Amino acid sequence: MAAHLSYGRVNLNILREAARKELREFLDKCAGSKAIVWDEYLTGPFGLIAQYSLLKEHEVEKMFTLKTGRLPSADVKNIIFFVRPRLELMDIIAENVFNEDKLHSTRDFHILFVPRRSMLCEQRLKEQGVLGSFINIDEYILDLIPYDGDLLSMEYESAFRECYLENDQTSLYHTAKGLMTLQALYGTIPQIYGKGECARHVANMMLRMKREFAGIQNQILPVFDTLLLLDRNVDLLTPLATQLTYEGLIDEIYGITNGYVKLPPEKFAQKKQGEASKDLPTEPKKLQLNSAEELYAEIRDKNFNAVGAALSKKAKIISAAFEERHNAKTVGEIKQFVSQLPHMQAARSSLANHTSIAELIKDITTSEAFFDNLTVEQEFMTGVDTDKVNTYIEDRIAQKDPLIKILRLVCMQSVCNNGLKQKVLDHYKREILQTYGYEYILTLNNLEKGGLLKPQTSSRNNNPTIRKTLKLWMEDANEQNPNDISYVYSGYAPLSIRLTQLLARPGWRSIEEVLKMLPGPHFEERQQLPAGLHKKRQQGENRTTLVFFLGGVTYAEIAALRFLSQMEDSGMEYVIATTKLINGASWIKSLMDTPEAQMH
Amino acid sequence: MALITANWNPMGEAFYRKTELYEMSWNLRDGLKDCLMAAAPYGGPIALLREPLRRSPSCRPQLEIYSASGVAIASFPWKSGPVIQLGWTVSDELLCIQEDGSVLIYDLFGSFKRHFSMGQSKLSEVDTKVRMPPKQMVWCRRPKSQQPSVVMVWDHLLLVAGVCNDIIQFPLDSRCVCVGELDGVRIISSINQELLQEVPVVCQDIFKIASMAPGALLLEAHREYEKSSQKADEYLREIKEQGMLAEAVRQCVEAAGHEYDSNTQKSLLRAASFGKCFLTDFSPEHFVATCRELRVLNAVRECSVGLPLTHTQFKQMTLQVLIDRLVYRQFYQLAIEICRYLKIPDFQGVSRVLKHWAACKVQQKELSDEAIARAVCLKVGDSLGVSYSHIAAKAFECGRTELAIKLLDSEARSGEQVPLLLKMKRSQLALSKAVESGDTDLVYMVVTHLKNEMNRGDFFMTLRNQPVALSLYRQFCKLQEQETLRDLYNQDDDHQELANYYVATSYREKRLDSRLSHLQSAVDEYNKAKNEFASKATEDEMRLLRFQKKLDDEKGAGLMGLSLQATMETLLMLGLYKQTDQLYRDFKVPDKRYWWLKLKSLAEKEEWEELEKFSKSKKSPIGYLAFVEVCIKKNNKYEAKKYISRVTPEQKVKAHLAVGDLEGAADAAIERRNEAEISAVLARCSASDRLLTDRLNRAKLSTAKK
Repeated sequence: MAAHLSYGRVNLNILREAARKELREFLDKCAGSKAIVWDEYLTGPFGLIAQYSLLKEHEVEKMFTLKTGRLPSADVKNIIFFVRPRLELMDIIAENVFNEDKLHSTRDFHILFVPRRSMLCEQRLKEQGVLGSFINIDEYILDLIPYDGDLLSMEYESAFRECYLENDQTSLYHTAKGLMTLQALYGTIPQIYGKGECARHVANMMLRMKREFAGIQNQILPVFDTLLLLDRNVDLLTPLATQLTYEGLIDEIYGITNGYVKLPPEKFAQKKQGEASKDLPTEPKKLQLNSAEELYAEIRDKNFNAVGAALSKKAKIISAAFEERHNAKTVGEIKQFVSQLPHMQAARSSLANHTSIAELIKDITTSEAFFDNLTVEQEFMTGVDTDKVNTYIEDRIAQKDPLIKILRLVCMQSVCNNGLKQKVLDHYKREILQTYGYEYILTLNNLEKGGLLKPQTSSRNNNPTIRKTLKLWMEDANEQNPNDISYVYSGYAPLSIRLTQLLARPGWRSIEEVLKMLPGPHFEERQQLPAGLHKKRQQGENRTTLVFFLGGVTYAEIAALRFLSQMEDSGMEYVIATTKLINGASWIKSLMDTPEAQMH
Repeated sequence: MALITANWNPMGEAFYRKTELYEMSWNLRDGLKDCLMAAAPYGGPIALLREPLRRSPSCRPQLEIYSASGVAIASFPWKSGPVIQLGWTVSDELLCIQEDGSVLIYDLFGSFKRHFSMGQSKLSEVDTKVRMPPKQMVWCRRPKSQQPSVVMVWDHLLLVAGVCNDIIQFPLDSRCVCVGELDGVRIISSINQELLQEVPVVCQDIFKIASMAPGALLLEAHREYEKSSQKADEYLREIKEQGMLAEAVRQCVEAAGHEYDSNTQKSLLRAASFGKCFLTDFSPEHFVATCRELRVLNAVRECSVGLPLTHTQFKQMTLQVLIDRLVYRQFYQLAIEICRYLKIPDFQGVSRVLKHWAACKVQQKELSDEAIARAVCLKVGDSLGVSYSHIAAKAFECGRTELAIKLLDSEARSGEQVPLLLKMKRSQLALSKAVESGDTDLVYMVVTHLKNEMNRGDFFMTLRNQPVALSLYRQFCKLQEQETLRDLYNQDDDHQELANYYVATSYREKRLDSRLSHLQSAVDEYNKAKNEFASKATEDEMRLLRFQKKLDDEKGAGLMGLSLQATMETLLMLGLYKQTDQLYRDFKVPDKRYWWLKLKSLAEKEEWEELEKFSKSKKSPIGYLAFVEVCIKKNNKYEAKKYISRVTPEQKVKAHLAVGDLEGAADAAIERRNEAEISAVLARCSASDRLLTDRLNRAKLSTAKK
């Protein structure tokens, strides 16, 4: 069911199994039939841990979405609220419970806080006078959720905003706790590197938490050699750029949520013989995307320009395999062929799906609009005219393109120029406010606070130095047979990944000067291992690094790390963790404030 | 060695022996006369109450507590009512039962713990029992006993009566009290203490005169070996011939466990060790464990410690309980040494001892806070399972708040520090500890506590010194208490945030005038924050709202809530050109965007004449290709062509192509000798345009040559 989690270097199924076990234990604590009332946000991430069948096995008969008013009727013994520890949710729960009591119901109430219980919330329930109604108040520690064989995410949407805009480090505390859980299952990580204020904070908390357990020695042989903590604000540029890998483009265009994508149905219409395709499906086509699907695993991280070739190669292989049936003469041969049929049919349907997706994407990437946008992005990334008002952006504002797209471009220009001249910045801001509405002044303030948009303060722009030293722009990026990570953005090598690559070899000492130009401290910590747990490395055995992106990571960055893992001479394999899987649009959106006018 | 059986008395098939445990350390002037006495089993403490029924307030009975070896632990005058019985609980608490049925409970050191009452009826039952002759009767038994018996005590006689009608008599010099144990009876007199027990079978086997048991032979063999006598070999061979060597070793080891005298233990263990050498696959665990356990037992049997435990009792009570008892008696050092010697995991061993030690240490009134804290930290270090907050709580209980705070400093788990600090009313410290922990929920908890505890001014001041807490409180207010948020920004003179706050609230207003007044506040604050742009923008917003209101009232234009751009769009759609121009000027709308707006709007309405007029009003800031394209979009080639001549050379090809004029496009491209443009035109040519295609190809070739 979750086999794809155990394919990688590190078996992430262990983490999932631990989470499932804990869930079962909690459910069994509430004896009898149950209904779960869900904080809607949790259903997606939970789906990656346990399907409905597991819940059903433990007598979960009904599921509802948490909402105000009265609970739907259900003939069950237990009502369990699965919620994040948020005050506004407590008020809803209180209302539910309060209404229920009036009916003289005999149902038992329980709360399961995810990922952690909160005294503040319990206090609130107490103030509302319902705390006593709960038989069990428990926490379900689900910080890091396995998304794929090499990918963990907390799906903590507001992490970047909270850290950089609101000085609220709750997400970092959860991160540190999540890393402690991970270490409990996979051994103490002997080396910790980091860059950025948040990284420093997380490392400090981890070391502190370790002291709290002083004496309990973790006897598990370490799976990870190194942990690298990276602040998103060390590399603000990368998420702003349009991702050009297959998976990255699917996310940019359709959005991947909890491992699923919803696609326009037209291309997926099943044409049955003798039936006109007049009944086009209207429901979006929902597909799960992960490495369990062989073809997807093969092409997800390729530059989109290399996907077509890969698909047609695959098509040839598959049809050749089907042709084999003509060669099958003996009963044994036929039997052999038939036994492979289900696998071949799955491969064929997978190929059909991805061919359709690739066609959908190609319609967009070959459009003039896409090309123009990319051209401007690449100009910015290479430092061309970043200090002037950009005509393309002005034009797009005049054409009222989606605001997020505009913000993405303006922020990108600001980041690439290490801030915009006051005049240029004010011009963009006025354009945006006049065109999209003055309410966006709050959003613009947020972007400035987060450093994505800023006036130039020092005359010195370090970007060219950084770009040159770290080789962030590769003129002749090979999209088909890449030899450098820059292929994921067709020329631009993501700074975050370059830093990761250089840490492995030759080490950060070689780029000390550049590191100082990037925000926040960089550091190294060591965690003592009990004697006997020091790994004896086999000749040629790869090391494993867990790279944790605080504030989000894009699919293109993940692709670049996978590319590094696969490089023959890298000697390093990467597992990726993050607070949230993001792209430029979802990231900008999380930073927006849009008050809705009450007045009409 | 022959002496070993000297104190054995036969009874039925079994033997009974009486071994001296201690010469009592106490010095009782009047012996045990007129005393109530209670001794706890498992070598527990002894309580003595002299003349319990004396009631004169001038001369109260004295309650004394001793270790089993008679070392004084506590002594205090009995001030409560007459006591009729003393007893010990399993956890070494002393029960003093009074005439009135109330029971007072004391700890080992004579500190009062609590009391409870019980019914009188039960008491009288106890009472009658005590007065029954003989003075005392106690079961004397042991596990797997061959001959269980009853011990009866009179003033000058102690009598052991077995099931077999046999009896053993011991004369008594002075009054004594018996304590039934798991495997015998302890007899305590004012002078000494003895253990009476049935001799364990294995000891009988070994030490019985002329015993031929394997263990006995092994012991003999070893003795001969020590004398360098060859008889050792003979004995050994005899055992081996019977195939009983392993059994012999086992017997010696087991018997050693039962012996109280360390010399006897040693000779038995040496014999076992000797026998072991001749065995190939003998598992040493039992031997090693017994050696270790005996070493521990001998240590606790020391008179100064006074726990006369037998091996059987020790096994029954478990090591854990033994450690607890040592701790309870404050033999911390010994307890720690035992834990280390037996390699008990710290969590159950050393740490537990240290925890108790520290809890006791903090109660030492004569030591300074400084000294105690140092001593505790030095000893405890970061031992696993020792909670500094637990120790600190103890110190706080004893009224030593400062000490508690010092100790809490060493607590690694902030979750543990904070609640205690709050309890001690050290809220500020609690806040900084919570912040340090990174656990935001903890910070929230302290903040909520402070909010209820302090007046608003102090509360805000406190937060001001803790930026992290302040930020979190702001987050809380954003969701829950908007008004407070404003006060917070006000206090901090954070004009920028205050302005943002007013902007956000303005959107919640339903009436224009209140919305405007919020925006005016925002303008003021932006000005104070020296954010010129924002203040100007907000003024613009107010101006736009007023304008929209006016036009909505006058013309019913439905503008309210639209952006400036959308407002102008709507005005153009309504044909209100004058008003649009007014906005364009008032708001300094950039020419480019304004031209785009007007261009699209006129084309949309197909006002071609107006469009042409507009195109000629001045030089277009967006060029003329845009004009061509909007016309084409509306399928008006005729109008589109009007603008082609004004398109810049760079865009000319595109313009010609847009109107479908291939010839014109070709001319332009060839004139510019631009290969890419030539190719673009070629791509649009169909097979029928052969002449044109040839011309373009030729041009392409010649361009490429250059």
